[in-house]
Amino acid sequence: MIEARHITKKFKRVLAVNDLSFDLQAGGSLALWGSNGAGKTTLIRCLLGVFPCKGAIRIDGIDVQRNGKRARAQIGYVPQELAFHDDARLGSAMRFFANLRGVELAQAARSLGVVGLSGHESKRVRDLSGGMKQRLALAIALIADPPIIVLDEPTSNLDSAGRGEVVDTLLRLRKQGKTLIFASHRPDEVITLADRVLVMEQGKLVQQTAPEVLWPSRSSIRSVRLFIEQSDEHEAAEILREGGFAVNHGNSGLTVAIEQHRKAEPMKHLAARGVIVRDFELMRDVSDNDEPEVTVRTEQVSEVLR
Amino acid sequence: MSTINLNGVSKHVDNRTSEPVACLSFARSIMLIARREFRDALSSKWFLLYTIAFTTLAIGVSFMSLAGSGEHGFAGFGKTAAGLLNLIMLVVPLMALTAGAGTIAGERERGTLLYLLAQPLSRTELLLGKYVGLAIALICSLCIGFGLSAGLLAWRAGGVGAGSFLMLVVFTSVLALSMLSLGVLISVQSRRAGVATGISLFVWLGLVFLSDLGLMAGTLLFKLRVQEVFALAIINPLQAFKMNVIVNLNASLDVLGPVGMYASQEFGASLPWLLTGVIVLWCVLPLAIAALIFRKRGGI
Repeated sequence: MIEARHITKKFKRVLAVNDLSFDLQAGGSLALWGSNGAGKTTLIRCLLGVFPCKGAIRIDGIDVQRNGKRARAQIGYVPQELAFHDDARLGSAMRFFANLRGVELAQAARSLGVVGLSGHESKRVRDLSGGMKQRLALAIALIADPPIIVLDEPTSNLDSAGRGEVVDTLLRLRKQGKTLIFASHRPDEVITLADRVLVMEQGKLVQQTAPEVLWPSRSSIRSVRLFIEQSDEHEAAEILREGGFAVNHGNSGLTVAIEQHRKAEPMKHLAARGVIVRDFELMRDVSDNDEPEVTVRTEQVSEVLR
Repeated sequence: MSTINLNGVSKHVDNRTSEPVACLSFARSIMLIARREFRDALSSKWFLLYTIAFTTLAIGVSFMSLAGSGEHGFAGFGKTAAGLLNLIMLVVPLMALTAGAGTIAGERERGTLLYLLAQPLSRTELLLGKYVGLAIALICSLCIGFGLSAGLLAWRAGGVGAGSFLMLVVFTSVLALSMLSLGVLISVQSRRAGVATGISLFVWLGLVFLSDLGLMAGTLLFKLRVQEVFALAIINPLQAFKMNVIVNLNASLDVLGPVGMYASQEFGASLPWLLTGVIVLWCVLPLAIAALIFRKRGGI
């Protein structure tokens, strides 16, 4: 259903997506996993044909760069945060998108019902909560019942209740046979929703695997940020990846997403290979945007490893 | 995979599932965007302000035309049209340039451009739809001003010269479309609505004031010949508009000095066509360049 070949996108001197290829069959679910700046959003915009890029993307056989309009008709897009005219009422926004997609207005009403927003048609977009806006974006994406849903970190601005609602809706869509592509930096979402993960790092595809390979047990996943000499970070990421750890190497260093009971293992693994971990932070929750829960100083690291 | 077309909606049918996925035709997409843009413009405070300002000034000028006629009450259509000329040259380009400048840059700044571009809509359709919507809103705004002014004139001075007044409305609308094109071109190139508005104000200043001064300075410095001065003058759409209105009011271009006399003698009856052509070119060219840039550059 989706074929992406050698996708490369450069912004001036920054290579945002670097020679990335993948395939996705109809009904499949693919997660783009990586830290901020990994290139997930840029890749999604390339898939939508919003960003021109090198390489070839075909959606259901349609060349996205040559016939973006037809390709986008196959896709429902959910952004990180819905950006639509704040003054518009929910009902008129739905009417606009129903007209744009060439579907009956009844389908717009049905779509609102699917995400639990029926009865809110007279509310203005600016009066909706973050969770409601996200559900509206999902309703708009579903309005024409497209076979593919593309989501760019759909839960990143939501609280846990809102996240749960969106994930439940996406699970239902998966069961209905929709093809999903979504960007996320939450391992729990990836485990729940995806059957394949593309691990992205600084625009490159560093791993393409199943979520259960990265996180064998489904116990709660924690993120541990490791502070290593900058010159050793790349090597450390490779060592951890070879060891089967789910690693993000971003601008803020290395972050390993790992089961709660195995938190010290990445440090042990690196220590065994002679890489010194100066410090580490245990992240409160992956969604809390890198807010550390506990910071343990260097002297404590050796204690943990002992 | 096959495509069927029903009432302007082409349905792309996936043969495996037989579920049609809709895709609007070029014209329907443009009309849909135009309708939304028109509604947004009507609810915009700026638009309301411009409409009130233009209407008030148009009625004011109609009343002031009285002074020239030495009568009390409203002067006739012909005289008012002449009086309105300078007001139009100041206000209409300002309205159209700023409206156009805000259109794409504003969507870009609010983050709504990405969302629209992620829909089954081409960039050309989006741009043309926004242009058409704004053009209709602008013309409606002008018609309110002209209409109220004309209504009062007809009531006080009868319908003499209504043809000239109607021509003025048509020419003003075309001038507004040309300035709107220029505004859209500025908008496509700008990341922020504020920057786009700033550039459009500078362009307005250039067209309204600086080009005249530049032409005068150039004529003195380079001792330009009359035909060169005429050619340089009509490059400015405002000057082309002014000459066209004067010609169509059956007035002599002699009032514009040797350049006007040259234009009358050289081009005669074809002069209005030449001047209209220049303004129409200003409608088409900036919009075509804007569409080309918007499509080629990609991104948001």
